[in-house]
Amino acid sequence: MPVPSHLEFFVDPNRCIGCQSCVQACSECDTHKGYPMIHLEYVDRAHSVQTAPVICMHCDQPTCAEVCPADAIKRTDDGVVQSARKPRCIACNNCVLACPFGVPKMQTDFKLMMKCDMCYDRTSAGKKPMCATVCPSGALFFGTREEIERLRPRSTAINEFRFGQQVITTKVNLMTPRVAHAKYVDVTAAMDEGTTGKEISFNILDSMNNE
Amino acid sequence: MSDLPAKLSDIIDRFGPHPAFSEGIRLATGVEPDRIVKTHCCFCGQQCGIQLKVKDNVVFGFEPWEDFPFNKGMLCPKGVKRYLQGSHPDRLTRALERDESVTAGFRPVPYDDAIRRTAAEIQRIQSTYGNDSFGVLSGASLTIEKAYLMGKFARVALKTPYIDYNGRLCMVSAAAGNKKAFGVDRAANPWNDILGAEVVWISGANVAECAPITTNYVWQAREKGAKIIVVDPRLTPIARTCDLFLPVKPGRDIALFNGVLHLMIENDWLDHDFINTWTNNFDAVAAHVKEWTPARTAEVTGISEKGIRKAAEMWGTANSSFLLHARGIEHHSHGVENVLGAINMVLASGRIGRENCGYATITGQGNGQGGREHGQKCDQLPGGRDIANPEHRAYIAGIWGIDEKDMPGAGVDAYELFRKIDTGEIRGLLSICFNPKVSLPDNTFIARMLDKLEFYVVIDFFLNESAYHADVVLPGSLQEEDEGIVTQIEGRVIKINKAVDPPGDAREDWRIIQDLARELGREKGFTFTRPVEILDELRLASRGGVSDYYGITYEKIERQGGVFWPCYDEAHPGTPRLFEPGSWNVVAKGAGPFYFPDGKARFNLAAYSPPKEEVDDEYPIILTTGRVVSQFLSGTQTRRIGPLVEQYPEPRIEMHPRLAEKLGVNDGDLVTAESRRGSMTLQAQVVSTIRPDTIFIPYHWAGAKSANQLTIAAQDPISKIPEYKVCAVKVFKASGGER
Repeated sequence: MPVPSHLEFFVDPNRCIGCQSCVQACSECDTHKGYPMIHLEYVDRAHSVQTAPVICMHCDQPTCAEVCPADAIKRTDDGVVQSARKPRCIACNNCVLACPFGVPKMQTDFKLMMKCDMCYDRTSAGKKPMCATVCPSGALFFGTREEIERLRPRSTAINEFRFGQQVITTKVNLMTPRVAHAKYVDVTAAMDEGTTGKEISFNILDSMNNE
Repeated sequence: MSDLPAKLSDIIDRFGPHPAFSEGIRLATGVEPDRIVKTHCCFCGQQCGIQLKVKDNVVFGFEPWEDFPFNKGMLCPKGVKRYLQGSHPDRLTRALERDESVTAGFRPVPYDDAIRRTAAEIQRIQSTYGNDSFGVLSGASLTIEKAYLMGKFARVALKTPYIDYNGRLCMVSAAAGNKKAFGVDRAANPWNDILGAEVVWISGANVAECAPITTNYVWQAREKGAKIIVVDPRLTPIARTCDLFLPVKPGRDIALFNGVLHLMIENDWLDHDFINTWTNNFDAVAAHVKEWTPARTAEVTGISEKGIRKAAEMWGTANSSFLLHARGIEHHSHGVENVLGAINMVLASGRIGRENCGYATITGQGNGQGGREHGQKCDQLPGGRDIANPEHRAYIAGIWGIDEKDMPGAGVDAYELFRKIDTGEIRGLLSICFNPKVSLPDNTFIARMLDKLEFYVVIDFFLNESAYHADVVLPGSLQEEDEGIVTQIEGRVIKINKAVDPPGDAREDWRIIQDLARELGREKGFTFTRPVEILDELRLASRGGVSDYYGITYEKIERQGGVFWPCYDEAHPGTPRLFEPGSWNVVAKGAGPFYFPDGKARFNLAAYSPPKEEVDDEYPIILTTGRVVSQFLSGTQTRRIGPLVEQYPEPRIEMHPRLAEKLGVNDGDLVTAESRRGSMTLQAQVVSTIRPDTIFIPYHWAGAKSANQLTIAAQDPISKIPEYKVCAVKVFKASGGER
């Protein structure tokens, strides 16, 4: 059974609290037990507690599949990009290097690329993915577009990403602030315009600043 | 007794903590469970619903329980990996006796022998020194059935006044404050009332790490336009996206609450009707906060005047609100006053007892709420009754079938109990669900006192660090090995269901207590054969009390997805929201919504006083302690769950780069923090998300990594909660400590 088309995945980094519940739950998934496929990192712990979860975005034209010399990576008709097929994968790491989101992991023990397959065993049976079920802050959400629009009136779902000259559309959506009116997330903008990192500080801590 | 029975490393080699990982059927794919048990997480006060997958008496995994209304399938990493505490290599499956001749310091003994030895020692100590020479320490992770039985066991079987519990380190300041202001101690509202609030004020609560599912409630409110105010010395994950962050200097919360109330009065952001009709003592409090001008508040709290004014305006002008607080304001030598200050702000706004208008402390332990209501607290009897009240005593004596005159009076708090070991008044101790050597402040003193006992018996499922000092250890039950009720964060009573049988000689804790009672020749009243029989007695014992559980049954809990107390009879559905206009309660009897004879809430003076130990030239830095998301309390369980250990392997000292620069410390360097009581050396984590005058150390670890070596045993005069959140330390780079 395919993943029902009315159910979609929405990633909302704004809500992530870095608790790793998704990572811990991911390793409970029957298709890759003991191996979490989610990446969860602090963006810059020295200055912020902001974390960002990364799951497979399930690209419409997956770069990982395009660069695979063994044709081991398949996208099923429901739009889910599957882990590499064991008999074909030659563990060349092309996909790991090419994925613009940095998703695939090479499991050297098995000489096999593994990645988030949107909990195919669960989602193809009508359940939610494990991570989006347990996530306590709603940073990972699986449901209908109506639900997400009702629950997140301040955000808008985007599924277009620009990496340099490459524009990628994905099955998975990223929640971005509605006020930004972004059509797509320009991941490489800072490369063209120069970084404009801003130091985060306690700007209302006046008395401390006088030390 | 003195010293450990063996080398520490040998004890740890045999008994752990060893981190367990998934293996065998827990790692296999496609395993069909024998059964799936709907129950709740064994850790924090939220008590998330979870389904445990069981095969061959092993909990081998979990499935989210999406239909349970509180968490709808959501879990934190502790909940996800909680199943790994079962079938653990460190699990105690035999009774143990201290034996210095064996390498690990303890030898297994037949269970019945251990019961006989324990009963004989209790009798010897009590007949030599009197009944009061034996103490009991219990815990708020036990089910209500067990907590109730512990209180009864101490008063009826041991006839000692000295029972207290680890809620003393957790919820007592909030409980005392709530009783003084509202006459009752329970979250005033169900969490759904957070969702529609215009302002959510969070003081001293690291919500995202200590009550992670609550994050979704707060942030769902924000989606609908709520303003979020977070007061904390650290910029915690819940603070990251808040509308106003007030980085309060540890120990100064009352000043902030008083300062905000001052501005509410000055700007007339008050609900005069509510204040006049449903409260007492407003004028005295108003006069008291007159001196808390924004300038003075700013000076004391270390928050800018601008921030204080903004907070007061946001709070003062809201139409609906929810105020949440937790240990951050409660773990203080003036914890009760902090709570009263917060409640004054709520009462002045009139925003309580209505939809989307609420107030609650975020209870810490699994049964933090229920565990503090039914008599394991030193001055309390079941139903939230008072052990000093003659009517209450008579009622409970009747239930217990004893003469009221034979019921001991009030005992002392858990820390004072250790001071009584020091003075020789207490010679023997039984502890269950409590690891005082890790969790109490100034814990080198605690270890010394455990050694000073003539006899110490521990009931636990793992050999916790306090049990290293025990003479006898009795193998108790994990949460999933028994059934019973607990009351979670909202005041919702829920049912823990049994998934597996205790292994080997281990057995349900209430059976162990009853075995002891029988061996002591005090079997009467301790012949329950199932937890539901204990519940039925507790329902009667709580009937007519403030915490009335009379109408709560396992069946009703299952049918309704939990029952909020008070629940007066079988037909009553329970009380999700307290203090609703026109509501009836057992104290006011219709006079008003609050639990006083006149039905009115009380404003209470919340006078500011500094923490017990202020910084000085010698100890110039504030130490504050708390939790991380992947560990729980003293870590007896979570330090044994491999994936949680890997997530945050050991404590670090969190400090601001400005302080680090002053100390010449880089991120990852080894630094020493030293107080008047002890010192410890850990890696520095240099982050700008903490006040520069404060360091933070999480407290879940034992021995050289235990933050409570440094903390101070100062206590609140009313609640007796220890001041974990402020003491003075010096910090310096450890020699050769560069990363």
